[in-house]
Amino acid sequence: MKLTETLTDLANPTRFLALTARILPWLAAMTAILLAIGLYQSAMAPDDYQQGATVKIMFIHVPNAWLSMFVWSVMSVAALGTLVWRHPLADVAAKAAAPIGAAFTFLALVTGSLWGRPMWGTYWEWDARLTSVLILFLMYLGLMALWRAVEDPSRAARAAAVLTLVGAINIPIIKFSVDWWNTLHQPASVIRMGGSTLDKAFLWPLLVMAIAFSLLFVTLHLAAMRNEILRRRVRNLQMMQASRVAFTSEAGAGPKEIGAA
Amino acid sequence: MSALAALIRRDIRIALRVGGGALIGVLFFLTVTVLMPFAVGPDLALLSRLGPAILWLGALLASLLTLDRLFTADHEDGSLDLIVMSRTPLELACAAKALAHWLAAGLPLIIATPILGLLLNLDGTATLAVAATLLAGTPALTFTGMIGAALAVTLHRGGLLLAVLVLPLSIPVLIFGVAASQAAISGPLSFGTPFSILCALSLASLVIGPFAAAASLRHGLD
Repeated sequence: MKLTETLTDLANPTRFLALTARILPWLAAMTAILLAIGLYQSAMAPDDYQQGATVKIMFIHVPNAWLSMFVWSVMSVAALGTLVWRHPLADVAAKAAAPIGAAFTFLALVTGSLWGRPMWGTYWEWDARLTSVLILFLMYLGLMALWRAVEDPSRAARAAAVLTLVGAINIPIIKFSVDWWNTLHQPASVIRMGGSTLDKAFLWPLLVMAIAFSLLFVTLHLAAMRNEILRRRVRNLQMMQASRVAFTSEAGAGPKEIGAA
Repeated sequence: MSALAALIRRDIRIALRVGGGALIGVLFFLTVTVLMPFAVGPDLALLSRLGPAILWLGALLASLLTLDRLFTADHEDGSLDLIVMSRTPLELACAAKALAHWLAAGLPLIIATPILGLLLNLDGTATLAVAATLLAGTPALTFTGMIGAALAVTLHRGGLLLAVLVLPLSIPVLIFGVAASQAAISGPLSFGTPFSILCALSLASLVIGPFAAAASLRHGLD
């Protein structure tokens, strides 16, 4: 009950802007502190007996990979918000999340291939998980293309929401691809039945980095949502201005009015 | 029920008559397949190894090409609005339209496969395997592609955007389609495993496609 009330409160963009203006500096500061701690701990983590120093790529790679899936899940919830609950900020959230998710996915692919070169001897392998993450990246780009293809934001929002929900089928495929197909990419080792197989020395920095990256996403997402709201306001003002100019020039007093406005 | 049958009959008739464009898909399929030997060289051994992949890619692109017309023609002449407003559930109407599209544009591709297999030096088993996988897999291409077609018609954008949206969704179908054909020809795997996953993909898209397409039509048209 409390949650729905809060969500309804936030439906007012002005209230949302005011709230996020207060929260954002704190979030940004916490992200910076946690990232610093996480990076320090990752740098101090011992070398792996087999992989050497390259194991430290993991501390960047794994959080990015988690977030690449998490962001699509956030967008799917936002898509439900657009289609089912008609929440006015849902499509803003969905639109703002897409480029950020694409960036995380891209970083996951890049760090993964940099890690794969010394470990597997190849930058790229057509392995089930790599392929499905690549498909996820292509779908992020397709979604961004869809957002950019249509001028009217609410029309684009509903189309993007349908595509997001259809694309959400890919998320469990990515998650379980390493269990279903026995491939080069290692199976889940942090969150699994019977506890983590990762040593404590690696687990703690990884968890800190994961939280730091999640906070980074929240910070970037809220900032991007603010920008999107402001962008829409500018667009509305421009359209009002354009229609006023058109109206007054029809009435014959055009040039003066433009100058006054 | 009779309304759906009428819709299917109408769509097939429109697709097959002059200006319908369903059979252009087959011509495109033929052309793409003929292009391949020019690209990779006329080495018959190589062609017979690549054959299933070439046929699957050709069929995928051909079905993508014809999907553009699934809703746009109806949108242009206004009959799509009538379908949306009619008493038949929109999901069923979408499914009927996709079925008609598959019968008019998908089946001819499968019928053309044996002839194209001959050009690619595929033997009888291989051709049969490719035709069987196409028969099981092309409904999935049509029904997932329908989602993209519905999005494209509500946005008044087609062509490249449709391709960008639909192609990632069709990758699993392509993977298991080619895997099943390869398994039947040479592979150590049994034909049944990838083939049944392919059938599962088709059945799942049979359920998801109409709902997603109907949702995007209902929310997008005004």
